[in-house]
Amino acid sequence: MRTARSLDWQLAAPLALFYVAFVFAPIGLLVAVSFAESPEFDTFSLHQYARVFGDAYQRGILADTLQIGAQTTAVTVLLAYPLALLHLRSGPTVRRLILLAILLPLLTSTVVRTFGWVVILGRQGLINTALLGAGLVEKPVQLLYTHNALVVALAQIELPLMALPIINALARIDPTLIDASATLGARRWRTFFKVVLPLSLPGLIAGMALVFAGSISAIITQTLVGGGRMLFMPYHLYQQAILANDWPFAAALAVILLAFVLMVVGSLLAFERSMARWRHAG
Amino acid sequence: MTAVDRWSFELVVVGVSALALVILTAPTVVVLIASFTGGQSLRFPPQGFSLQWYDALLTRSQEIGVAFRNSIAVAAMAAAAGTMMAVAAAMALSRRTTRASRALDAAFMAPLTLPTLALGLGLLMLISIAGAEPSLVTLVVGHTIIVAPYVLRTTSASLSQLDPALVDSARTLGAGPAYAFRTVVLPLIAAGIAAGMFIGFMASFDNVSISLFLADAGTDMLPLRLWNIIENLLDVRAAAASGLLIAVTGVLLMVMERLTRFSRQMRN
Repeated sequence: MRTARSLDWQLAAPLALFYVAFVFAPIGLLVAVSFAESPEFDTFSLHQYARVFGDAYQRGILADTLQIGAQTTAVTVLLAYPLALLHLRSGPTVRRLILLAILLPLLTSTVVRTFGWVVILGRQGLINTALLGAGLVEKPVQLLYTHNALVVALAQIELPLMALPIINALARIDPTLIDASATLGARRWRTFFKVVLPLSLPGLIAGMALVFAGSISAIITQTLVGGGRMLFMPYHLYQQAILANDWPFAAALAVILLAFVLMVVGSLLAFERSMARWRHAG
Repeated sequence: MTAVDRWSFELVVVGVSALALVILTAPTVVVLIASFTGGQSLRFPPQGFSLQWYDALLTRSQEIGVAFRNSIAVAAMAAAAGTMMAVAAAMALSRRTTRASRALDAAFMAPLTLPTLALGLGLLMLISIAGAEPSLVTLVVGHTIIVAPYVLRTTSASLSQLDPALVDSARTLGAGPAYAFRTVVLPLIAAGIAAGMFIGFMASFDNVSISLFLADAGTDMLPLRLWNIIENLLDVRAAAASGLLIAVTGVLLMVMERLTRFSRQMRN
């Protein structure tokens, strides 16, 4: 039994070693390079970080990126939660259709779906043609390359990653709890806020973490729908690394992006844990 | 009051769900329709119907074809490598609830939330320190990181449904660990492995953030090529390529649904 156990652990070794070499070593390297004062790597300091946080333009790019992430997360919660509720109480056929409507976009290339938004929002696109046809506007409205369009497009890209964990969490709730709440006289909204929402929190939090992380690093959608007038961290990082060849600065940008994702995901998980403790105590 | 409560709740659930379903499907449907345009530009609704852009894609777009084959090759190799390592790791982690095994599991899942763009840049730095050049091999290494978490997740889920008594019985009856794995465990978790491998393959095929740093001029990848075409030329061939990808994805999803009850796997 003992030998079987130790043999068991060794099965994780290939993946663990692979991760050490190609996930954790590169991240360590990124942190090390970000402390280099110049691309010659002669002296080490916090110079690169000062370049980001000491400059209003650089701070603005970071703030815009985080704002896009927060807004996209909020929109996907509002869209995905009702869809998950509908899935929960539907029959098998409708359930399956809802799941396929979520899975097909999830599996379809991000470039393709972003391209769809370019066609919908363009000057000769679906929305402008409809608005012009209905006589509501006289010339095409600028939709593409606007902040709101980017949030909508990103929400579509990330929606499946929010819907699936919530659907999963709702399926785990004991239906008798909802019936009990109704029998005891609670109205639907009250049952939702007092019973369903708290019990589905783990799925909601997992979805929020995935969507926030995904939307702030969605370089394709950010560049194609956001356009050249808006600059976000991913493309900024790419430009600095490849086009400007400024590796230390690009590394600092990458570390900052990484740190913000870890902070947000970490606080979401900590919030979920404290809510779980509070529920068990109460 | 009760009626208002019920109607307002129903309205929100059904109304927002309808909006969510429209938003989910609209871009794919619009691209598909636009790809059959008879015109020279991307208007919506399209002008006339023709297959001219599909013809242009298949006969006069060698560079898209090369990028497509590269993407398929990298995704296939990454899916194979990632699946082997992740299934082994899932076996090791199954039925362990110690702090160490949970930490290891969380570390293995990290690439799902880490900005892979940062990872791509880190890998490029590692390669350059090692004195190597970006190549097909480095691309496969990078993409393996994309695949592994998905396979680990679905395989672990399948293993947790597996009745340990089945393996114990096989072992008691004299089966060695390898034989018991091959004849008892593997058939029962095969659907889970296949589902993870499929979604991992698609994620690799779709990946931009790793390829952006690790692809060189000789290994153009399809998403990068399409991105370039859409950004600079807004060429309708991109719509035809998208149309083909949508069709292939749809067919693969149906096949996987038949073989592995994919939608159920994904829900869990």
